[in-house]
Amino acid sequence: MEGSNMNDMSQFDQGVAVDTIKMQSRGVNVFYGDTHAIKDVDVDIADKTVTAFIGPSGCGKSTFLRVLNRMNDTIDICRVTGKTTLEGEDIYDPKVDPVQLRAKVGMVFQKPNPFPKSIFDNVAYGPRIHGLSQNKSDLEDIVEKSLRRAALWDEVKDRLQAPGTGLSGGQQQRLCIARAVATSPEVLLMDEPCSALDPIATAQVEELIDELRTQYSVVIVTHSMQQAARVSQKTAFFHLGNLVEFDETDTIFTNPSDPRTESYITGRIG
Amino acid sequence: MLWILLTLLFLGTLGYVLGRQRALASAGGDRRVLHSLPNYYGLNVTLLTLVPALLVLGLWLIIQPIAVERSVAAQIPAGYMESVENPTLLMTEVRRLAGGIDDAIDRGFLSPEEAANLASDTDIRAQLAGAGVALGSDVSEEVLVAAQSFRALNATGSTMMLIVVFLLAFAGLAYAYARTHKDLRARNRVEYAVLAILMGASTLAILTTVGIVLSMLWDTRNFFQLYPWQDFFFGLEWRPSFEGDSDLGLIPLLWGTLYISFIALLVAVPIGLFAAIYMAEYASRRVRSVAKPLIEVLAGIPTIVYGLFALITVGPLLRDYFAQPLGLGDSSSSVMTAGIVMGIMLIPFVSSLSDDIINSVPQSLRDGSYGLGATQSETVKQVILPAALPGIVGAVLLAASRAIGETMIVVLGAGAAARLDLNPFEAMTTVTVKIVGQLTGDTDFSSPEALVAFALGLTLFVITLGLNIFALYIVRKYREQYE
Ligand SMILES: Nc1ncnc2c1ncn2[C@@H]1O[C@H](COP(=O)(O)OP(=O)(O)OP(=O)(O)O)[C@@H](O)[C@H]1O
Ligand SMILES: [Mg+2]
Repeated sequence: MEGSNMNDMSQFDQGVAVDTIKMQSRGVNVFYGDTHAIKDVDVDIADKTVTAFIGPSGCGKSTFLRVLNRMNDTIDICRVTGKTTLEGEDIYDPKVDPVQLRAKVGMVFQKPNPFPKSIFDNVAYGPRIHGLSQNKSDLEDIVEKSLRRAALWDEVKDRLQAPGTGLSGGQQQRLCIARAVATSPEVLLMDEPCSALDPIATAQVEELIDELRTQYSVVIVTHSMQQAARVSQKTAFFHLGNLVEFDETDTIFTNPSDPRTESYITGRIG
Repeated sequence: MLWILLTLLFLGTLGYVLGRQRALASAGGDRRVLHSLPNYYGLNVTLLTLVPALLVLGLWLIIQPIAVERSVAAQIPAGYMESVENPTLLMTEVRRLAGGIDDAIDRGFLSPEEAANLASDTDIRAQLAGAGVALGSDVSEEVLVAAQSFRALNATGSTMMLIVVFLLAFAGLAYAYARTHKDLRARNRVEYAVLAILMGASTLAILTTVGIVLSMLWDTRNFFQLYPWQDFFFGLEWRPSFEGDSDLGLIPLLWGTLYISFIALLVAVPIGLFAAIYMAEYASRRVRSVAKPLIEVLAGIPTIVYGLFALITVGPLLRDYFAQPLGLGDSSSSVMTAGIVMGIMLIPFVSSLSDDIINSVPQSLRDGSYGLGATQSETVKQVILPAALPGIVGAVLLAASRAIGETMIVVLGAGAAARLDLNPFEAMTTVTVKIVGQLTGDTDFSSPEALVAFALGLTLFVITLGLNIFALYIVRKYREQYE
């Protein structure tokens, strides 16, 4: 089942029909103290679309991703300016509760960070806080469905009460994906979700991303050009805090307009 | 003493320089040919010079006084020994006199010859008093003879010690120097020596603990030979009287200890923990930089000051506003007073330990929780506290050990009356207070009334040990679950 996905790029590309804008950023700057990490970035995240962020290490991909669900609020020295909206509503407006925003804009982090709880409780964490389940069997359904979508169910179904921290690195990463999926966010931000996964699990996660696209927007940071090409419809190329180019994935990979983009995807910078 | 150490240190440094040079020379100046870095060759020589010499020096300093005292004691005529009323005091007198004469020589009041010719019919006491050395009584012939032989033996001993120590140092230096060669595995030897030193330190710590326990065990055994253990462990009365026929029951004291500690923890754990959570998770950097040191100041206050606070402020307050209106008694010393004040004392322990532990919970776990749309308090309750729990349990048990061992606050806050009562506004007392009580004043260390202190001490030791083992067990259990 993974094979069909890995090779057939065009399958995803056909589906780029919807163009309603889910999230929009205009003139976003991010500072860590004096470090200017993101410089005047404009990005539109379309609904029901996979957007890929690519660029060399340290160029600000994670930082920008964290702008989209205000995770930068938790860093003392971090300052964000500019305007970012979710369905037209400014998410940095003082009236907006970042907690509610993050329930809608979920996140999978670059490093797996399972809670020191059982596998079940890890996945049930979000549904429990947001009251997404009516009763226990409902919750069990959500957990099973999420673990299945993250391609982890078969490996852990017999030890749901074992600690999540006892899983392997790749399993932990998929647990974190299941955890994020379980809250049914409208936008899912994934920071290098496959960096610790083997090709099979990677293919499964890519399949999940493609499936999520039917309902949600997905933003994925990746260092793999092939992965960006396979799963995304839009690609943004960051370099030294600047958004160099943002376009249809096809265009970026076949006919980039900026020389820096071209040298990056052909492996000359980064 | 100082100059011996300085000389040894100098020899060690010399050894270092020589060893280093020789190693380099044996490699023809090319340090890549050496098995180890040149420093290691130097250190190797230093270690062989210093370690044996210092070890012997240390042992000698411990053994010489004992040996000298033995042999001097054997020289005192048995008849004289019997004529004095307290033979143990006799040796003290000999030591004082010998020390006094040495002092007088040091300060130039007596020449060494004069000192050797002191006679008991001259007024030695007056002579030494002139030199600033006060003696308790007149000096008898026998004591003088003993003191002189004490001095002579000590002098010989010290000379021999010097010779042996320096011979060893030189021998070590020469041996190590001769062995220094480019193929010598100097680094491994130095590593081994470092290991030995570290191991020695930990062994010493363990041995000290064992020694303390053994000495307590010994006196406890003596106690139980004089007093039945059933009456001690299960006795409900504590009524020591130095005329004998005392009741020495542990239960009222243990009850007081546990009751007061319980109240103290009831105060300290919630307040300390909440303060820690606030400091670690909510407080801004500015607030934290002011408030944290302020809380920690509490930890620096001597417990006697807390005791005064209990005696003068908290005790009367509780009596006037709670105990008397509620008809629960009219004593200002009470379990409540001591417990509350002790709790205040423990707040900084619980809070600063828990604060460190909460801070060490990785930021990525917080991010994970916030990223799923959890609020701050949900994150604290469901992610941070569970992750920090083993450490927090450890902090609480540490606080409990402190509470159990606390004395001053209890004396001033809860009084010294042993009582078995549920009313928290009654005066009660604890094990530690009674240990102090039984050992202060003129005590005869062979009576059960004094020896009971050791049995009490051992009991406390066992309780705190049990507490610590329990803490370790809990911490392990959580580790297994979450790591
Ligand atoms: N918490 C922080 N404090 C200070 N500076 C930061 C912090 N996080 C990131 N930075 C800086 O911001 C810049 C962008 O970092 P970011 O993590 O967004 O890079 P990235 O594109 O995700 O890189 P990678 O591909 O290696 O994950 C870097 O220069 C980094 O040093
Ligand atoms: Mg990153």
